Amino acid sequence: MKHLRKRILQSSFNAQEGHVPSALSILDIVWVLYDKILNIDAIKAKDTNRDRFVLSKGQASLGLYVVLAEKGFFPGEHVEQYCSQESYLGGHPDKNQVPGVEASTGSLGHGFPIAVGFALASKINKSPARIFCLIGDGECNEGTIWESAMLAHHHHLNNLCCIVDYNHSTDRALVVGDLAQKFRSFGWEAVTVNGHNQQQLEEVLRKHPIHSNRPFAIIAETIKGYGVPSMENNPAWHHRAPTADELKQLMNEIESYG
Amino acid sequence: MANMRQQFVKTVSDVMRDDRRLVALLGDIGVWGFRDIFKEYPERIYNIGILEQSTIGVASGLAMAGFIPVIHTIAPFLVERAYEQLKLDFGYQNLNGNFVSVGGSYDYAALGCTHHCPGDIGALKNIPNMSIVIPGTAEEFDTLFKQAYKDDSPTYFRLSEVNNAVSQPVSYGRAHIVKTGSKCTVVAVGTMLGTVLQATADMDVTVIYYTTLRPFDAETLRKAVGINPKIIVCEPYYVGGIAFDIMDALKPMPITIEHIGVPHAFLTTYGTMAQQDEALGLTPRAIREKVMKFIA
Repeated sequence: MKHLRKRILQSSFNAQEGHVPSALSILDIVWVLYDKILNIDAIKAKDTNRDRFVLSKGQASLGLYVVLAEKGFFPGEHVEQYCSQESYLGGHPDKNQVPGVEASTGSLGHGFPIAVGFALASKINKSPARIFCLIGDGECNEGTIWESAMLAHHHHLNNLCCIVDYNHSTDRALVVGDLAQKFRSFGWEAVTVNGHNQQQLEEVLRKHPIHSNRPFAIIAETIKGYGVPSMENNPAWHHRAPTADELKQLMNEIESYG
Repeated sequence: MANMRQQFVKTVSDVMRDDRRLVALLGDIGVWGFRDIFKEYPERIYNIGILEQSTIGVASGLAMAGFIPVIHTIAPFLVERAYEQLKLDFGYQNLNGNFVSVGGSYDYAALGCTHHCPGDIGALKNIPNMSIVIPGTAEEFDTLFKQAYKDDSPTYFRLSEVNNAVSQPVSYGRAHIVKTGSKCTVVAVGTMLGTVLQATADMDVTVIYYTTLRPFDAETLRKAVGINPKIIVCEPYYVGGIAFDIMDALKPMPITIEHIGVPHAFLTTYGTMAQQDEALGLTPRAIREKVMKFIA
């Protein structure tokens, strides 16, 4: 994962833009999904019965871009042109421009209802396709998350899996508390995992669909800025790009981490 | 003759039987009207509940998976509450969805400001690829919906509680010249046509009728106006909604233009639609006076 973390840092430095800690927070989850779980690849990216992944917390786009590039959806060097005028890789992902991106997201609380729509469509079509959606704990402040959680339960969308990147960034604003319990009270199956333990993530994601008629929530406990110690849980980095000196230091931190 | 809401049920039911891509999401209104469709196609019609923002998001997911969604609820909740979802999930992603409202302007006059929506057209015009359709009768809705619902872009249909007395030969994306005269051109939008025709029955004026506001038919407007650029616009929502379209269509011709529509102010009184029309100067008599003054 170190080379992916480095590419995230380098791309943010090049653009002087990006939500780097959010991207690092989701990286293990997105990697396990594309490497081990999703029935999708760059060749059959538009297959009707493909599994779909929606990154609802679109500000973490760099975490998705580096994984899509690694899986051959587009060249890795394109990520390093991120956010430039010539690039199709913006600060938030655009489904009409980026190969492999299933929904344009950025305004929080939009991607999850879209994922519910995908799941409903999959049920209507009697398709085996599964839908995975990654949301943030801050995003759980949005009413659409809970509206859509009700819809998914009501319509028995057991093909839908919602992964919460629970890096506790919202604790300073609006504490969302025990999210597993909240999803259970909305009629979902729910488990909590370590969002940086790839083996544990793979084991739990392989269980989806976990129930014959209930959707599945995976609360992934994560660290914002994971893998770069001076960024971890440091709100100063939420939306800030490194200087040249900082980049050198951060790259060293990545290299010597774990 | 069916009213627009009854026609909406019939038209959408007809299309659902012919086109298996159509999926209807109802915001807990119109459910009884669709009772037969609920039995026939339970997998393609949902009383989705009272959660407009998520409804639009869910509909966009359905659209991306190949379905053609029809979303139906009351105008302020469909347009103003779920505006960002309309803008991003359908507009920016450029998806086909059909948004059918009731209760635009002050159709529900007695229910007060929460249920008024004269701002829907102005708001939706700020979504660059949103088509906007305002039929004047039930029959016109049927024609326009069947022509437009498959378009690869979002479309807003504004149903009204009051219909024009006579249907016109409407076509999606085209304006229709109802009568020609020499003193000025009266542009009538949707349900204003009936009022305008009464107001100008014996006047030597051209009346051009718009049921599609976007795409805007500039060509027919130029033909209607000819060389006399005196125009008076009658709109059933906040006044000035198509002012730019008209001026842009006729440039560089210098024009004299007057606007009649719902004033930009909150309505703080109740009563009936007819009483509000009277109070706001949108009756045949009031419009007649304005047109006569304009052409004097």
